[in-house]
Amino acid sequence: MATPIIEFHNVNKFFGDFQALKNINFTLDQGKFYSLLGPSGSGKTTILRTIAGFNTVTSGEVLFQGKPQNDVPANKRRVNTIFQNYALFPHLNVFDNVAFGLSIRHVAKAEIETRVMDTLKMVRLQELANREINELSGGQQQRVAIARAIINEPELLLLDEPLSALDKKLRQDMQYELRELQQRLGITFVFVTHDQEEALAMSDEIFVMDAGEILQSGTPVDIYDEPINHFVADFIGESNIVKGTMIKDYEVEFVGKRFECADAGMRPNEPVEIVLRPEDLDVTTPDKGKLVVQVDSQLFRGDHFEVVAYDADHNEWLIHSTNPVEEDKDIGLFFEPEDIHVMRFNEKEADFDARLETYEGE
Amino acid sequence: MSNTAKRLYYIPYMLWIILFVIAPVALIIYQSFFNLDHQFTLGNYAAYFTSGTYLRMTLNSFWYALIITVATVLISYPAALFLNQLKHKDLWLLLIILPTWINLLLKAYAFIGIFGQNGSVNQFLGFIGIGPKQILFTDFSFIFVATYIEIPFMILPIYNAIAEIDPALLNASRDLGATNWQTLTRVLLPLTRKGVVAGVQAVFIPSLSLFMLTRLIGGNRVITLGTAIEEHFLTTMNWGMGSTIGVILIVMMFLSMALTAERRHKRKGIGTGAKEK
Repeated sequence: MATPIIEFHNVNKFFGDFQALKNINFTLDQGKFYSLLGPSGSGKTTILRTIAGFNTVTSGEVLFQGKPQNDVPANKRRVNTIFQNYALFPHLNVFDNVAFGLSIRHVAKAEIETRVMDTLKMVRLQELANREINELSGGQQQRVAIARAIINEPELLLLDEPLSALDKKLRQDMQYELRELQQRLGITFVFVTHDQEEALAMSDEIFVMDAGEILQSGTPVDIYDEPINHFVADFIGESNIVKGTMIKDYEVEFVGKRFECADAGMRPNEPVEIVLRPEDLDVTTPDKGKLVVQVDSQLFRGDHFEVVAYDADHNEWLIHSTNPVEEDKDIGLFFEPEDIHVMRFNEKEADFDARLETYEGE
Repeated sequence: MSNTAKRLYYIPYMLWIILFVIAPVALIIYQSFFNLDHQFTLGNYAAYFTSGTYLRMTLNSFWYALIITVATVLISYPAALFLNQLKHKDLWLLLIILPTWINLLLKAYAFIGIFGQNGSVNQFLGFIGIGPKQILFTDFSFIFVATYIEIPFMILPIYNAIAEIDPALLNASRDLGATNWQTLTRVLLPLTRKGVVAGVQAVFIPSLSLFMLTRLIGGNRVITLGTAIEEHFLTTMNWGMGSTIGVILIVMMFLSMALTAERRHKRKGIGTGAKEK
């Protein structure tokens, strides 16, 4: 098996009394697109800065291709970073910004010239090589930052919320470009973001973080379909979360009714939380629905209607419907057993994975 | 607000400019064209440019001002860099600015006490067996004290320039493989150039005309243009010649301002600047 590019072993980081990282363990493989996803203050940027070498760890070990990195300074690491506000050098033009890493290492002038122009071509900026940085738009600055980082042929590219300063349309375009770039270069990307859509769209694997801990890791589909707890379910996508009871394997009770479900491996009558995604709820007539709710309001979102409704117990339900509904009318909600996702309280990721193994193996 | 009301606000400013800037300069220029007998003449300028003494004095002024400025930069830049990394940097900065609030003359007298024959430095030299040395009235003591006095004026603009730099830029430099030295020469120095230039202007130009220190600390061994002006106005009473040197000093100040002024960045692709913001 190939050596993982980055390993964290029991990494803790304190800033004074504040613990920014709590016993972090993970492994990153060569050539994949990883996202660290979490709200601000969750520790995702601290992990990034630790990999880059701007932070030291309080305890624990960081390995790069199997070699300990704790004492390696940032300028000796084969890692490059794209900073949140790009951190382009304002006293240098586009060409010199991109050439910075090469000229630091005294690469020959002719080689710098060809490599910079090739890299600028890759990010479609070859015509702007002589521009000053303050003459560029946000999207162009973003590309210069990318070019400046990848020209050094790093093994690992760190991206610190690089799209947060761009408008929505440009952000979506850049998502495609970054993903495509990563696949073309074949290097590992570690992408820090608080935007779950961004993480879901681009990543091979996502680490969801909160308060200095990794709550869950997995493919975007796994995390979306099987969130480990209330926080992850709420943070990743929109969801309806209600309290319920696991009657027995494959049967769960919530809002006073029993439903067939696809989860198992819990204690009988264990209190749980139920997640139903808004797009998994189909609107039907009240007599055909598994649940009956009263429509409160709806918003037209372009590709769907976002309906807010309440059931008899005053639980709020968010529904994504392709067709409009009538306000203040009762409607039925239909869903399949596998649309119901059951979450246990305080389940750790390892136990969660093990439990899923027991009945998802077939 | 009406235009007349706006103009009213300019009155104190205009008065100040006229009374304390334009009028004295005009008077000096006017005076410089008169000889001791109050006759109009160009002789003062002719004397200045043909006399070896005056030209040597000018060179001397430049030379000492240059040494003082270089010494101040060499001390102030690392100091400003260091200050920026401290926890209570504003307090430390205040401590550095504090001596500028004390009168120059007082500071000069203090140094006479320190460097004098029976001063603390000589007592120390005697204590460690070197014996008392002539420190006061030497080039060294003059440059030392002048540098000491000018340092706050250099540290302040450099400190501000460093404080304005986004720390992410320094991280970016290290991230791209630069050592601390390369980060200093390729990122920090170019980005703080304006601060250094402002400091050089604030130190070099006044250093051209230092006269009190040349007398009190330099013991009149160091003769600069400032000393010459003082002599002409107070001792030989040749106001015309004093004014002439004054005019030359003013011209030199403008020259050094123009030389160190921020030159407009030469642009290669003019007119295609993308202004999307």
